Amino acid sequence: MSITSLEQLNEMHLDVLREIGNIGSGNAATALSQFLGVKVDMTTPTVRLLGIYDAADALGGLERATLAMLVRLTGDIDAIMMFIMDEAFISSILNILLGDGTLDPMNMSEMQRSVISEIGNIMIAAYAKSIAEISGLFINISVPAITYDYIGSMLSVPAVEMGAASDKILFIEDDYFGETEMASSANMMLVPSIPSLNKLLESLGIEL
Amino acid sequence: MSEVMHTIGISDMKVSKFPDNFVTFALGSCVGICLFDPVLKVAGLGHIMLPEFPKNNPNENKMRFADTCVPLMVNEMNALGASTSRIVAKIAGGARMFEVPNDSTFGNIGERNVIAVKTALQKYNIRILAEDTGANYGRTVYFYSENGTMVVKSFVNGVKNY
Repeated sequence: MSITSLEQLNEMHLDVLREIGNIGSGNAATALSQFLGVKVDMTTPTVRLLGIYDAADALGGLERATLAMLVRLTGDIDAIMMFIMDEAFISSILNILLGDGTLDPMNMSEMQRSVISEIGNIMIAAYAKSIAEISGLFINISVPAITYDYIGSMLSVPAVEMGAASDKILFIEDDYFGETEMASSANMMLVPSIPSLNKLLESLGIEL
Repeated sequence: MSEVMHTIGISDMKVSKFPDNFVTFALGSCVGICLFDPVLKVAGLGHIMLPEFPKNNPNENKMRFADTCVPLMVNEMNALGASTSRIVAKIAGGARMFEVPNDSTFGNIGERNVIAVKTALQKYNIRILAEDTGANYGRTVYFYSENGTMVVKSFVNGVKNY
């Protein structure tokens, strides 16, 4: 048996995915914390099956402009990781690393872009590496693409590219918080294709 | 008659008469299709996600695909008295939101959606009066049944009237 639609996922499957999110985001938070030299906390990951509009609502509304970094995972699985950073999160990172948190998202300097890409890269790589380790699957990570735009327009991308058979999308979502220096948050989400979701669950010994 | 603003979701469409208006938020690679019969002021807005209806899955939502959404809209407009020969179109969306380096196939879907919408409209000889498609930014589309005006709002370019 294998899953052909997201609606077939049961509570046990969601628990396993939540644990994947937990391990991945834990490693991502550690990587960020080490890089910045500050404490970074995260919430327990939420795993939700949401319509794109509802997901956008949960992140502040369809027309909220935000920065998103997208990375494609290939190899044994096909998935998209999307890292959504609010302005305050980026600003505090720039402040820690460059000593200046001033940010105009539409006109970022090369240096700012590069710092943000690097942060995203480090976190996504740590996340993906931990999934590869626990599942034994080979995962390759693309160069990141960065966009600043309506959250709704960006969220439809993983749905269209990965979940073409449904308007719903499986979000394995984590919030990162910093203490004092970083009183802001970011969300990372893993969106696998349906065949990859099967592969991921099977590789962890889950019977479908 | 009171004025209503219909909100069109993803893979959704709505057809109605003046004074009803329409909006669909934050199109990315999806395409918004505005159809209008200027004589009877019958109008419709569709929000498609993908180019082609999958023939191996007949239970799929027809409003999700360009090639099946357009005929649905035309039929419903005709049911409200519109005439296919008078219907004109304005379209928006079909962006490539993310440029993944060294991966040319990623993000092509927007372009394919626009082509599929044009092909579907061509089958009815429906003229496209205006389009705001492609590029790399998200769009919200408002469509007004009084005169068939399409308003495209984007974070990047502000508000444009078509």
